[in-house]
Amino acid sequence: MNRIIVRATAAALVAAGGLALPATSTLRADDTRNIAVARSTQGPERSLAELVNKYQRPTSVPFPADNPYSKEKDLLGRTLFFDPRLSGSDFISCGTCHNPAFSWGDGNPRATGHGMKVLGRRTPTILNLAWVDRMFWDGRAGSLEEQALGPIEAAGEMNLPLDQLIAKLDGIREYRPLFERAFPGQGITKDGIAKAIATYERTIVSGQAPFDRWVAGDDGAISESAQRGFVVFNGKAKCATCHEGWSFTDGSFHDIGVRGADIGRGAHLTRLPLMQHAFKTPTLRNVDRRAPYMHDGSEPTLEATIDFYDRGGDVRRPSVANDVRPLALTAGEKADLLAFLRTLTSEDAPVVIPSMPR
Amino acid sequence: MTPRTIALGVIAAVAAAQVASAAVDHKITQQNKEFSTKEMAIAAGDSITFMNSDEITHNVYSVTKGLEFELRTQPPGKSDTIKFDKAGTLTVECAIHPKMKLKVTVK
Repeated sequence: MNRIIVRATAAALVAAGGLALPATSTLRADDTRNIAVARSTQGPERSLAELVNKYQRPTSVPFPADNPYSKEKDLLGRTLFFDPRLSGSDFISCGTCHNPAFSWGDGNPRATGHGMKVLGRRTPTILNLAWVDRMFWDGRAGSLEEQALGPIEAAGEMNLPLDQLIAKLDGIREYRPLFERAFPGQGITKDGIAKAIATYERTIVSGQAPFDRWVAGDDGAISESAQRGFVVFNGKAKCATCHEGWSFTDGSFHDIGVRGADIGRGAHLTRLPLMQHAFKTPTLRNVDRRAPYMHDGSEPTLEATIDFYDRGGDVRRPSVANDVRPLALTAGEKADLLAFLRTLTSEDAPVVIPSMPR
Repeated sequence: MTPRTIALGVIAAVAAAQVASAAVDHKITQQNKEFSTKEMAIAAGDSITFMNSDEITHNVYSVTKGLEFELRTQPPGKSDTIKFDKAGTLTVECAIHPKMKLKVTVK
């Protein structure tokens, strides 16, 4: 089999103090099997090698200039993230809903908040958000820092007003050195809490999956069915229009025709017709660990989700995105798509939860 | 100076002033889910024409309070022009693709 191998050296750290991720890149020349698969793609012709190359993993995690990475902020953020005392009930932490054991969601169709009340939307995963601009299903926060305090103070979620949050943390003696090391001389502030949590969250990245080994040149890393599924994903089914690139999302907002009264981003961008019923495109990394699907958990399985897209969604209205329309996928294409999606699951190391400060 | 000379002088001065304050239309393209530039400085009274050279729909709007605007939904190939009369700095985004950001400083 012919193969062109290009080894890209990974940078150790970016200037902003990002974390390095290991990566080697390999451009693959078409072998006869892949040429046959590539030619079955409907739409503009492109070499499989070029297409595969678009899925190279990044070599480091980006951190913003006004909140660069530090080990101390990471540790403080991880501690705050898993601390249920950041809620009015002392029972709910960020990690309660964004649970690493459920791929950073909670496995339920809709989230549960203060007083065990079921809320309106499903807990989104927080994987790979360092590369995404807007937060929440409806995009109302412009950064992770802007998002972090929202659920804490929301009465329906963690239900702890921010001035009470600061007083509480100030009363836990062992938090003081953590804050002092992360933000020397600044004490405990809302800004510091948000920046620490955001720093930790940026480190939550899905690891190497069988798909990545295939991209790097290991031809046997995924099945032929999954390889055909990759071609359907990028071609006939047009999934890659929004579920683009190595993290399988461009962070964009679309109405895909899910039934219901929730208008998503339309509540904040009331004058924009396309934003009515528009929700954020999630990452598909480890997607088979995160049933059920959609912003309201209305699709119970990946098979049901593929069927949803195949029939062109469930609602025809002016805001529905152009690419959401009946796809006429064959049973074989659906099976191939499913096989492909399953190759996006990484075997990540268990998450370490720190001892809580007392 | 003779009245004629003065008159010519006035005409020349007015003409010069008009050339100096002529509004400019700046062209920005949207392609590969990106604006053609990330930052620009323009004069109050200038305009920007946003052209969608992408194969997908875009929806340009301003995030900045007090300097809001939104263009109509732009299918591929559509162009829309917006005039900037107020000084200030605004962040322009695509509502659909928030990765697309453009900082406009109006002087």
